[in-house]
Amino acid sequence: MNGTSAPAAHGTSLGRDVLKRLLRHPTGLTGLAIIVLFILSAVFAPVIRPGDPLRTTLATRNIPPTLIMNSADLERRGLSRGDFPLGTDAQGRDLLRRVLYGGRISLRVGLIAVLIAMSIGTILGLIGGYAGGRVDMFVVWLVDILLAFPGILLAISIVAVLGPSLTNALIAISITQVPIYTRIVRSATLALRQSEYVQAARALGSGAPRIIFGHILPNSLSPLLVQLTMSTGTAILDVAALGFLGLGAQPPAAEWGVMIADGYNRFREAPWLSIAPGLAIFLSVIGFNLLGDAARDALDPRLN
Amino acid sequence: MFAYATRRLLGLIPVLFGVSLLVFMIPRLVPGDPATIMLGERSSEAHRERLREELGLNRPLFLDFQGATERGVGALFDTQYFEFMGDILVLEFGRSIYSFIQVRDGLFQRFPATFELALMAMLLAVIFGIPLGVIAALRRGTFIDTGVTIIALAGVSFPVFWLGIIFIYIFAVNLGWLPSSGRISVTSAIPPGTGFYVLDGMLQGRWEFVVDALRHLIMPALAVGTIPLAIVVRMTRSSMLEVLGQDYIRTASAKGLSRRNVTVKHALRNALLPVITIIGLSFGSLLSGAILTETVFSWPGIGRWIYQAIASRDYPIIQGGVLFVALVFVLVNLIVDLSYSIIDPRIQYS
Repeated sequence: MNGTSAPAAHGTSLGRDVLKRLLRHPTGLTGLAIIVLFILSAVFAPVIRPGDPLRTTLATRNIPPTLIMNSADLERRGLSRGDFPLGTDAQGRDLLRRVLYGGRISLRVGLIAVLIAMSIGTILGLIGGYAGGRVDMFVVWLVDILLAFPGILLAISIVAVLGPSLTNALIAISITQVPIYTRIVRSATLALRQSEYVQAARALGSGAPRIIFGHILPNSLSPLLVQLTMSTGTAILDVAALGFLGLGAQPPAAEWGVMIADGYNRFREAPWLSIAPGLAIFLSVIGFNLLGDAARDALDPRLN
Repeated sequence: MFAYATRRLLGLIPVLFGVSLLVFMIPRLVPGDPATIMLGERSSEAHRERLREELGLNRPLFLDFQGATERGVGALFDTQYFEFMGDILVLEFGRSIYSFIQVRDGLFQRFPATFELALMAMLLAVIFGIPLGVIAALRRGTFIDTGVTIIALAGVSFPVFWLGIIFIYIFAVNLGWLPSSGRISVTSAIPPGTGFYVLDGMLQGRWEFVVDALRHLIMPALAVGTIPLAIVVRMTRSSMLEVLGQDYIRTASAKGLSRRNVTVKHALRNALLPVITIIGLSFGSLLSGAILTETVFSWPGIGRWIYQAIASRDYPIIQGGVLFVALVFVLVNLIVDLSYSIIDPRIQYS
């Protein structure tokens, strides 16, 4: 099942084996590179583009991207090519700085939401799968209820009540992601509970915690990791969608969804305002999806 | 088949009960006055009082023991939850706080717009998704396969509302090919009928109206359909790959059947079952995509209504809309589930 048996004889771990396969995978490598790039640019945003992403400057309002402006226009405005590569908004804020800072919000909120969801979902799945019976029925019932709300709808109804804010968006997104993890862990637990080595462990006198944390959980790790990668992408999309709907981060926050909503009102005159943050969302999400896809291949025991 | 359908339908009851319980509890679990929570800090006292009255917020939550001892057993159920349950069983979601319109009427009136958009998006996803997935599987490992796979991954990575904005910018603003908003041109008279404009136009033989409705439909449907399209491509590809490796495919080829015959009649038909499952499941992403996209295209559906209700904190509309969409989603999944037996006669629901 876990693929460790053969490589272990040669002194390599499953982790190193998978990592090696992942790095040989062109899409996996691309995905990883994109993610690392986004993390670095978010962490070093204050270095790359110093200044306050929220400060408004009337003198620099509505400047189109200098990166693609023709030389005559640049000269007329007295700007140089690197001044506002992605342009400025109606309040004179530099868009590149806002997009870079936006990565801090999206990546952080996305990752935290997914980690919370994974913890809760895993615990529920372990409880349901291991306990069985009525407890399991209750867990399945909870999952079915949460899955009855398509996509972002549950998050919308939670935030509509909690009140629009980034923290509440994070809570709502975590809740919507719980059922996926519960399903994965529950079915893995159900399968593993009957496996010979778990029965052997039980015969040797291992208690439930030892079986769960020592045998079942480590063997459900690979689908969990794949899902973790994929759902970080989904979480980033949801953070942006809630921001766009006015339910997540609030203006003037440098959050990608909020920035698209801001640009949407004036996209005929200033399309760059919504194009840049949208591309940032797309690229970061496809980074996670490429990595997740490659990770699924790399962790697939059938390909060993 | 009938027995199975009945059992599946009965199985929905606990889930729908849980859904109603969740929607009921969310605003009441949060500390503070539910009326203020639903309407926001800046709401007027008059609005809050109206909502309290509407929802009976001054009454006990689940069971009224005190009322029962004073006024008889019947009063035991004269509580917020039983009133709420009774109302939603007849799709009575209350009235809008601001326009006083019945939420149910508003939902019914807007439902055809959203459903037409979702169906069109699904149609696009199937028409393009299945052939792309089949081609990728047949050309496994070639650059065509890699290209299709990457496009499919990209498809699930777009924020749909942003895609809508970009489509409008390219096809409406710059090229001027398609109208940027609404369901029909202002000059068109809406035909009486089902509210599904394309269908209504066809039934009445008004083809210029059908074309007009389709021209308005195509961009939002493409935006909403991107994610299901990508999902259908991936599922068709992997399902086809699995089937193509089966013995009976080799047998069919060995018998000398044409490649086309083997691909379509033997492989595709068997590969479609998981694809249909995924189509049903991605109906959820269609509905939630519609909610995000309708606003961008000023599409007069349920999603845009919910969006406007969020902005004005019109809680009955949000709550009713969410419950209604969840109900539609659950029913669509049921229909998909039941349709398996038609597609795959081997499945017996015993």
